[in-house]
Amino acid sequence: MLNRQGRPSSAGQAGTTEHPTFTGNKALAQIEPLLFEIGRYDTTGVDLDEPEDFKPRLGGLERKEAIGLPGLSEPETMRHYVRLSQQNYGIDTGLFPLGSCTMKHNARLNERMARLPGFSDVHPLQPVSTVQGALELMNELGRYLVTLTNMTAVALSPKAGAHGELCGMMAIKAAIEAKGEGATRNVVLVPDSAHGTNPATAALIGFKVKPVPAREDGWVHVEDVKERLGPDVAAIMLTNPNTCGLFEPQVAEIAKAIHDAGAYFYCDGANFNAIVGKAKPGDLGVDAMHINLHKTFSTPHGGGGPGSGPVVLSERLAPFAPVPFVRAGKDGFELVEQEADAAEKPFGRMTAFHGQMGMYVRALSYMLSHGSDGMKQASEDAVLNANYIRAGLADLMSLPFGNKPCMHEVLFDDAWLKDTGVTTLDVAKAMIDEGYHPMTMYFPLVVHGAMLIEPTESESKASLDLFVAMLRDLAMAAKNGDKERFTGAPYHAPRRRLDETRAARSPVLKWTPSAPVAEAAE
Amino acid sequence: MRYLPLSDTDRSEMLARIGVNHVDELFADVPKNLLLKEPVDLPRRKGELDVERILSRMSSKNIPASSVPFFVGAGAYKHHVPATVDHLIQRSEFLTSYTPYQPEIAQGTLQYLFEFQTQVAALTGMEVANASMYDGSTGTGEAVLMAHRVTKRRKAVLSGGLHPHYADVVRTLSEMSSDDVVTMAPDVAGTEDILSQIDDSVSCVVVQSPDVFGNVRDLKPIADKAHQHGVLLIAVFTEVVSLGLLQSPGSMGADIVVGEGQSIGNALNFGGPYVGLFATQSKFLRQMPGRLCGETVDADGNRGFVLTLSTREQHIRRDKATSNICTNSGLCSLAFTIHMTLLGEAGLSRLARINHANAVKLADQLASVKGVEVLNKAFFNEFTLRLAKPAAEVVERLVEKGVLAGVPVSRLLPGAGLDNLLLVASTEVNTDDDRAAFCAALKEVL
Repeated sequence: MLNRQGRPSSAGQAGTTEHPTFTGNKALAQIEPLLFEIGRYDTTGVDLDEPEDFKPRLGGLERKEAIGLPGLSEPETMRHYVRLSQQNYGIDTGLFPLGSCTMKHNARLNERMARLPGFSDVHPLQPVSTVQGALELMNELGRYLVTLTNMTAVALSPKAGAHGELCGMMAIKAAIEAKGEGATRNVVLVPDSAHGTNPATAALIGFKVKPVPAREDGWVHVEDVKERLGPDVAAIMLTNPNTCGLFEPQVAEIAKAIHDAGAYFYCDGANFNAIVGKAKPGDLGVDAMHINLHKTFSTPHGGGGPGSGPVVLSERLAPFAPVPFVRAGKDGFELVEQEADAAEKPFGRMTAFHGQMGMYVRALSYMLSHGSDGMKQASEDAVLNANYIRAGLADLMSLPFGNKPCMHEVLFDDAWLKDTGVTTLDVAKAMIDEGYHPMTMYFPLVVHGAMLIEPTESESKASLDLFVAMLRDLAMAAKNGDKERFTGAPYHAPRRRLDETRAARSPVLKWTPSAPVAEAAE
Repeated sequence: MRYLPLSDTDRSEMLARIGVNHVDELFADVPKNLLLKEPVDLPRRKGELDVERILSRMSSKNIPASSVPFFVGAGAYKHHVPATVDHLIQRSEFLTSYTPYQPEIAQGTLQYLFEFQTQVAALTGMEVANASMYDGSTGTGEAVLMAHRVTKRRKAVLSGGLHPHYADVVRTLSEMSSDDVVTMAPDVAGTEDILSQIDDSVSCVVVQSPDVFGNVRDLKPIADKAHQHGVLLIAVFTEVVSLGLLQSPGSMGADIVVGEGQSIGNALNFGGPYVGLFATQSKFLRQMPGRLCGETVDADGNRGFVLTLSTREQHIRRDKATSNICTNSGLCSLAFTIHMTLLGEAGLSRLARINHANAVKLADQLASVKGVEVLNKAFFNEFTLRLAKPAAEVVERLVEKGVLAGVPVSRLLPGAGLDNLLLVASTEVNTDDDRAAFCAALKEVL
């Protein structure tokens, strides 16, 4: 069967299979064409009545040509997207050990709460008297975040982690400018192990990025920081726990050195899940830290968003928090939306409205459910699980910084694959065949062929035991020369390995009708 | 704790296997004096029922749009979302998946993103669209940065019809990046002379249509003048349903089109999460921010989809990336795509006609109320009223009468001397009864 773009769409024809089928489907493994190949331009799955005759008031700017949007009836729509969903791997499918991404259980209670009409069906510009409960929720979420981090204030509005980074760095820039040092302090120190978003964020608002090299022990050393400090340094962007899965033991000394030099400490909070209820970033000397609600506080990743990245701020940066923010007034909660209405010195605005309310509800629902005791337990279990995996694999896979305790994720390099002809990518694809989502690969950049495994607290001991046994089997297979199991993998996924080079070399970024279809449309 | 599978027995066995006596030995790198001994000062764990009670109590203090005659717009719109949409986006495999970095087991996400990009490109009349931005306002900020990269100029001109919050987002980003921004005075009538601002020093002009006051604008003359001077036209919209009835920004000459997609598939959510739509011409592709999904083949020659052109992105380019963005608005873009699939071309244009018809009807009825003047000549589903009294006051009085009437311009532009202006939106959800209630309440208040 050929699809309309003339390419084989059935694995049965193009690949090798022992029992080819007529349709190319394999029982529950269904091939689903694109919407544009099955939809019709006159079909709709929504019953709407044509309005009574009226005189349009569009100033003569009515659309004259067709748009090109096919529709499907409701049953067809349902089937199309259900079939697509079945080609996806989610947390609910199985262990999702993606390091630095914290793929923990997404409780459905949180979904139910986010859909309460008082949260989902209120408009950001309704009179504040009609949304007091929504403002109360934002205020309460802020209180939880500030308490867990021992910080002074929180800016809730950033839309995702990287947006939170931008917010935190903007607050730092505003504070520096308020001190009259805007022209001179323009360097930001970023360790080589940092997420790519850190240098990208700093550069976006005009900072020069100066790297701090990684040491052999995976830690950032205070003397390496001190060496680079000077009157030109605005801030350091440090991830703690870091992306090597380690807590930075010198974090307090680094914070002191930074502050002594008149600079600020930005902490990337991507790995906060390791220390919630165990340590407070404010106690460590942090000035600003974004919190990924979609990681630590379990709001769903949704296939790549929406995220939510509130930023907690120290006393020194709190006055610069952007609008809007909630404050308690004498007649209930108030929403400060204009810079002029704030007693403080907001640096501006990050987004049109109040941020990701839907995510705030889910995150608060998570925090209320866990409570202070449950959140502490969750962090301990996350760290315990990662170390259990480390202990189970240390003899077969290689740990770049030695066999020492890790935080909530454990980092391996590819030294154990030396001379096997198998790469980190191959191992990842072989894991897919075994029914697992791969770990984070080739990140952080500071170790060769990185494999970063974060199981989260959501995994049972039995689940971890099977995962470890599976990786041990793969490790033995690689060492015993069973290359084929790796280099051709995945064999059992909805697709074999995809050609990413081809996609980038001649980009096809949307469906276009082939000639016969275009004629039919005319 | 119901979300934590480990039992105390498991924990002991695992600690023994690791070779430590206590879990705190795994936290040995945390300075001893900073390791917390006790849980933080917050309430203890709660069962589902208790959490539901607490959050439901907060929810019940708000007035939902569906419970009253509702006319609030100005960047977010109350529309009906089919039940199918909410069911499908809650499928585990969509809801609990990650960014599709392992494409062999993420074809579901990747294929809908490819469908989304195709739909957005068609709607906007552009050649390429990305896999979505956080929302319309942050997308507008990114569009301005992109225009600066393309033109190698650093001055943006913002129309006085651009949503003031969008303008604030652009200004914040630009000030931090030391770029120039010219913001034109609020343009209630849609008649500003933006052409006189366009010259060879300008990178881009940012024009919204329908604008924040509801006016539908002809972008063609602006595009023509812009292109004579090597300036890019960034066309913004906050109500995507309007594209079902109006000429596309692409057909009028826009170089970048950016807007809010919330109206299709997404709830009001008190401002987020929403979904930013972003489209441009192929020649600017390599300067475009955000994720892109592209078609390719697998090792067996079967069609499949991957994230592509990631050499623009932060995880590869670090401080030289086109943007620091590392998420899109995945699930919201899925909701958009599913709703758009249900509508199809036929449904979307009918939905747009209903919106326009309802707004026209409402405008005429309100115009007959004493002390009310409708200021717009051409509009889609939103328009501006001049009232005999300050709009903020009127809106509060109307709340008492059970009507959520709209957005006072003074809330968006305080101190601009526009205190008597009210922005009113009307969509398919409004009934004859809603309109009658609005008019009757307004008569009493004015």
